[in-house]
Amino acid sequence: MKVDIILAGVGGQGILSIATVIGSAALSDGLYLKQAEVHGMSQRGGDVQSHMRISSEPIHSDLIPKGCADLIVSLEPMEALRYLPYLSKEGWIITNTVPFKNIPNYPEMSAIEAELGRLPHVIALDVDAIAAEIHSPRSANMVLLGAAASVIDLGEDLLRDGIRRIFARKGEDIVETNLNAFEAGIQFAKKRQ
Amino acid sequence: MADKQLLLGDEAVALGALHAGLSGVYAYPGTPSTEITEYIQAHPLASERAVHTDWTCNEKTAMEGALGMSYAGKRALVCMKHVGMNVCMDAFMGSAMTGANGGLVVTACDDPSMHSSQNEQDSRFLGTFAMMPVFEPSNQQEAYEMTRAAFDYSEENGIPVLMRLTTRMAHSRAVVTPREVRRQNEMHLPEHPRRWVTLPVNARVRNRELIADNVKFEEDACNSPFNRLTDGPDHSLGIVACGIAYNYLMENFPDGCPYPVLKVSQYPFPCRLANELAAMAGKILVLEEGQPLIEKRMRGVFPTKVEVHGRLDGTVVRDGELTPDEVRKALGMEAHPSYPASQVVVPRPPALCQGCGHRDFYTALNNVLKKDYPTAQVFSDIGCYTLGYMAPLNAINTCVEMGASFTMAQGAAYSGVWPAVAVLGDSTFTHSGMTGLLDAVNAKANVVLCISDNLTTGMTGGQDSAGTGRIEAICEGLGVEKEHIRTIVPLPKNYPDMEKVIREEIEYNGVSVIVSRRECIQTLRRHAKK
Repeated sequence: MKVDIILAGVGGQGILSIATVIGSAALSDGLYLKQAEVHGMSQRGGDVQSHMRISSEPIHSDLIPKGCADLIVSLEPMEALRYLPYLSKEGWIITNTVPFKNIPNYPEMSAIEAELGRLPHVIALDVDAIAAEIHSPRSANMVLLGAAASVIDLGEDLLRDGIRRIFARKGEDIVETNLNAFEAGIQFAKKRQ
Repeated sequence: MADKQLLLGDEAVALGALHAGLSGVYAYPGTPSTEITEYIQAHPLASERAVHTDWTCNEKTAMEGALGMSYAGKRALVCMKHVGMNVCMDAFMGSAMTGANGGLVVTACDDPSMHSSQNEQDSRFLGTFAMMPVFEPSNQQEAYEMTRAAFDYSEENGIPVLMRLTTRMAHSRAVVTPREVRRQNEMHLPEHPRRWVTLPVNARVRNRELIADNVKFEEDACNSPFNRLTDGPDHSLGIVACGIAYNYLMENFPDGCPYPVLKVSQYPFPCRLANELAAMAGKILVLEEGQPLIEKRMRGVFPTKVEVHGRLDGTVVRDGELTPDEVRKALGMEAHPSYPASQVVVPRPPALCQGCGHRDFYTALNNVLKKDYPTAQVFSDIGCYTLGYMAPLNAINTCVEMGASFTMAQGAAYSGVWPAVAVLGDSTFTHSGMTGLLDAVNAKANVVLCISDNLTTGMTGGQDSAGTGRIEAICEGLGVEKEHIRTIVPLPKNYPDMEKVIREEIEYNGVSVIVSRRECIQTLRRHAKK
């Protein structure tokens, strides 16, 4: 088993909470894991990414080679495209469709949508709207993780357990909210297929 | 203690140090080193054992505090980003001459590709310069193990050890299996008291000892478990892979590297092993993260029979961080099939947060300078507020190194620049601005020195700032006239008042200090949550 994931977004959006859940799931399954993060200056509203590698064999590089990522999971549509050279030709993009516009020259959404449309495996969803619909506006990250679950190949139950472990200290309500958001993401991806 | 933990490279060093019997960490925050100290501060063992964990004013005071702890026989860790080494260099070089009593490990985190830095300097040069051993882990488990080994090496050989990490090692997570926790040292004074007084009469003796010790250090590096020469079936090429470069090499050979490889994680450079490698293969590729230190050394000046390839001849990219892809290219292997870069994507540089006090201060400053003082030059410094350079603020003319704002403004003012305005943050002020302020007072310089005080060390994530609550008192103590120490609150509603103060102090011929104070909105948010 081997999966290479690029998590993408804008500094402050919280891509690391997704990474933490996946990491917890992978560790509980006895898998190897490496996860390169961005700390420091870029966190101030710049583009941020995390290279996450999970494998049943020892992993050498902390960075995913170009053309080798199995999926890009992004909280922001343009940020999903930034890491395109890393995506394997058979790889998947799972991205939020809501742009984060903190720069004056943000491209036309139609151009971003057109480029995503040209790729073979894309799941694009408005995670903010879905999270709001189920009254969990602060769990948009888990909606995105749910949509990516079938591609991540760790098994949905392992990821559910990961969510329980990571959010346990915040109380049972928060755990439930995040599990609901995760389910909503899974359902979206299923309906689409 | 066999509980596996998912740790950043920085955290692996921190846990390794705690488990090795650490008595104090001495550090000034700086990306990518900050998480070492933060991890120790938050660890229960640190409070249980009363480990010193307070942030210091700068890297020099950190290095000196740790040296004092080593003098007293206890184990001390110093942490900083690479450019912090420049600040502590006097103390660092001195510590090679005094040697260590309690284990002393200096961790420098280099930032190739300059993710959050102003240069790419490679700290391994400084270990060589100081004739000190250098340890450079290649993965998180090794970072954990190596930290304890570095403390042991330091105590056994009476020498500080430099640990060198790079951004990718510092900020990547992997599973670490910890070992048992060791006791701290009892206080005990040095066995060689003369070494600690570096008068020429003592230093000359010590210098010869250190030169002699380096022969042993190199032999130790040849026998180190962290350095390894492995043979391979294909002798058309031999590879030297330093630190994390080893991972990028192996990534490209999932079934094992066909070439002989010398993995190097402990310096002085193990020349004997390099000669053994050269006997296997007449062509050598050097893979090292940072500047071409080993490559240059192996290449030398005169032609040799052994071909050496690396960054200097363009086989490996000349600057920037190594990646598995760059290493693949250097090995002459075909790139993996991949998509080209998207033409739609535009850069998204970091920016000052919405609602940040630095923004409001720069806005008021711009309102005054751009309208009425077009000849003004603004000398700024290292911190979040350096982002005032970016559009639309375009508020600063210089940023060089910690503290340079206050002092460069004086040199420029003396040369006829008016108004000469300097802007630095509160933490940078106590790091390296205070001495420059005293210079200004003594010279009666015609400068407006602004301290944009957000009550924290913001850029690195909100660590305690050494002068919080005492900024005006420090300025007054250094001799700035009380009526020219002005405090303003940077908020849009206060722009008229702020601009009035800035104008008045520009028109005053002498040293003015303007303290613009409002808490960092990131730390404010965190405090509100608590």
